[in-house]
Amino acid sequence: MSGAVVAPAPLTGPQKRPWRVRTREARFATMLLIPSVVVVFGIVLYPILRTLYTSFFDVESALPGDFPFVGLENYGKIIGDGAVWSAVGRTAYFTFFSTALEIGLGIGLAVLLNAPLRLRWLFRAIVVLPWALPTIVNAQMWRFILNSEYGALNALLTQLHIIDTYQSWLGSPFLALNMVALADVWKNTPLVAFFLLAGLQTIPSDLHEAAVVDGASVWQRFWRITMPLLKSSILVVLVLRTIEAFKVFDIIYVMTRGGPANGTQSIAYFTYVRAFSDQNFGYGSALSYLIVIVILVLAVFYIRALRSTTANEI
Amino acid sequence: MAAARRDGMAMRPDHNHNLTMSRRGFLTAAMGVGAGAALAACGSGSGGSGAKVTIRALHQQQAGYSASDIQGMTAAFMKANPNIKVENTLVAYDALHDKIVAAAPAGTYDVVLMDCIWPAEFAKKHIVADISAKVKGLSGLDGIFPGAIETAQYQGKYYGMPWLLDTKYLFYNTEMLQKAGIKPDQLATWDGVKAAAQTLKAKNIVQYPITGSWQQAEAVICDYAALVGAFGGRFLDDAGKPAFTSGGGVQALQFMVDLVKSGLANPAARTSVEDDVVKTFSQGNAAMALNWTFMYGLANDPKQSKIAGKVGMAHTPAGPGGKAPGVNGASALAITSGSQHQDAAWEYVKYLTSKAVQDKFATSSLPIWKASYDDPAVQKAGTPAVVAVAKTQLQDMILRPQVANYNSASQQLQVSIQKALLGQETPQAALAEAANAFTASS
Repeated sequence: MSGAVVAPAPLTGPQKRPWRVRTREARFATMLLIPSVVVVFGIVLYPILRTLYTSFFDVESALPGDFPFVGLENYGKIIGDGAVWSAVGRTAYFTFFSTALEIGLGIGLAVLLNAPLRLRWLFRAIVVLPWALPTIVNAQMWRFILNSEYGALNALLTQLHIIDTYQSWLGSPFLALNMVALADVWKNTPLVAFFLLAGLQTIPSDLHEAAVVDGASVWQRFWRITMPLLKSSILVVLVLRTIEAFKVFDIIYVMTRGGPANGTQSIAYFTYVRAFSDQNFGYGSALSYLIVIVILVLAVFYIRALRSTTANEI
Repeated sequence: MAAARRDGMAMRPDHNHNLTMSRRGFLTAAMGVGAGAALAACGSGSGGSGAKVTIRALHQQQAGYSASDIQGMTAAFMKANPNIKVENTLVAYDALHDKIVAAAPAGTYDVVLMDCIWPAEFAKKHIVADISAKVKGLSGLDGIFPGAIETAQYQGKYYGMPWLLDTKYLFYNTEMLQKAGIKPDQLATWDGVKAAAQTLKAKNIVQYPITGSWQQAEAVICDYAALVGAFGGRFLDDAGKPAFTSGGGVQALQFMVDLVKSGLANPAARTSVEDDVVKTFSQGNAAMALNWTFMYGLANDPKQSKIAGKVGMAHTPAGPGGKAPGVNGASALAITSGSQHQDAAWEYVKYLTSKAVQDKFATSSLPIWKASYDDPAVQKAGTPAVVAVAKTQLQDMILRPQVANYNSASQQLQVSIQKALLGQETPQAALAEAANAFTASS
């Protein structure tokens, strides 16, 4: 490692320094690196490896002890566990639904925020607010809004005469899943919008001007100029959001705790319950590796897609 | 290993070291030791052996005692025991179990609040220490309600000292009942409650007369348990096998399902925990609900309730067999097995659970000591209406099953109850599914 640090030192000309100085520098550099090595190993690598190790044992206590080695049994159990696959199914639905809406709305918002409006800075500041809220606060807020007794949504919809009686928005499994996804959309759309806004601002305005001269309509310009040039930004944000959505936990923890009747139990929440409430740490570790594998597959798939689009542009 | 690090032993090396120090240093140290010994002699117990120790306690937010109550008792304890410093952490009930488990390997906490459904699990997994010797050494142990003492035990051993004694009562809105011409006596049975709800609904006094905490959480098991007891059912038979799949267990769930189907119970009960019940009831959107003692104070507080002064509180209603047990919701203070200061922790536990301290804070939570309920000062502090009903209700409580895999079994039961309440499955089929969880890995 220290060799790599020394490498950029100038190797040519009369300035080449004696090796004593160089080793002293190398030692100094190593010392500087130690804290980050400790941090990376201690809080990133060690838990990752430890979890992998745990997943091969039947660990059913948080305290140290002798736990039987079970090989791949935990992984086998996962494959045979129907509850895992229904949790994966719900998570996939949540991921698809929330990410699709976030990207759709995000594009619209980004185009609006990029338009030469007056007070554009103010709109941008307002739009970023939902994203600035911690997820826990956002989830608690939506829990209040959707409350069937005193929630704002029921009050609004009855006053607009859209519904007659108060609805229990989180009361039935599928509706609750959609509502949780909407709360996630509300929070994360601004992030998507800002990513895409940055992408929009890299599109040279003369392309649009030239298209206007050629008589292209607004829609034509959007589909022929904006969208193709925004594609790589969209892909980046798609990768980020899909991976984040697949790991969804906190919003569910606050809003529904996986209920009703497990209707909103995502795979991450399921894993948490197995590991901590049931104290089945071996099984929980294996489950978290399942999540990692799914995310890795997604990431590889997306990176491929990204690479091919950038290649096309060049 | 833990024993070697206890306060008394830790003093010794310091003491030897002092012998080789300068004269002044030696004198100072000797005075310190002398002062420590004097304090110990004053009766501050084994915690006062001279060395100052810090213990950490994990409490529950909003469980009888308020945060300021707990802070108050802790401050008084530290004043009486200057050698023990206590640092408190408070978390919500829903996070308490997982926090205890997650903190166990690090030994973060010395004292933890243990709900009555956890002793089996925590004992089996060695998360909390067996403190039978300490508890049995207390005088007047038989002066504690049996319902409280059994929640700290598992297989005859004590894994904690009971502290919070609570059960669910039936709360009702006196004004609504009066309007409908219903006498509170009618609420002594579940049939009477159902009939009252029908009258209230028919007279359009309230849209959904009954509510409950039936969210997918431990809360729904508590309401269900009270009904199981009333309908003469049991969770487990004598052999430890699930017994709620027939008889009272099924009737209890059928009763809940019927309440929802007929519109007598609020459909929102399925997404409510106890706090939500308080809000619904305090807003005047429910006439009757089961809830813990704390609702009495909140629903009578004009600042946050529209129905202050109109709150009635009664025993849990009886079922067809005449039984009316409340759900046992007691919690105990336990000492973690990883604690380095077992003796100091016990001093703290002993202090908080003592009759004197519990009597002093009776307004927030009623004592575990039977004698307290005849003390006029406690009756006044605990609100006479509450103490009167508590005194007899606390004699008869149903305990949720004490199995080591309680948490996962309970989750399955929660899901099953919800499926039945949503009409996805019949109570019979749903409960049979949950029974598997109790047998699978007990």
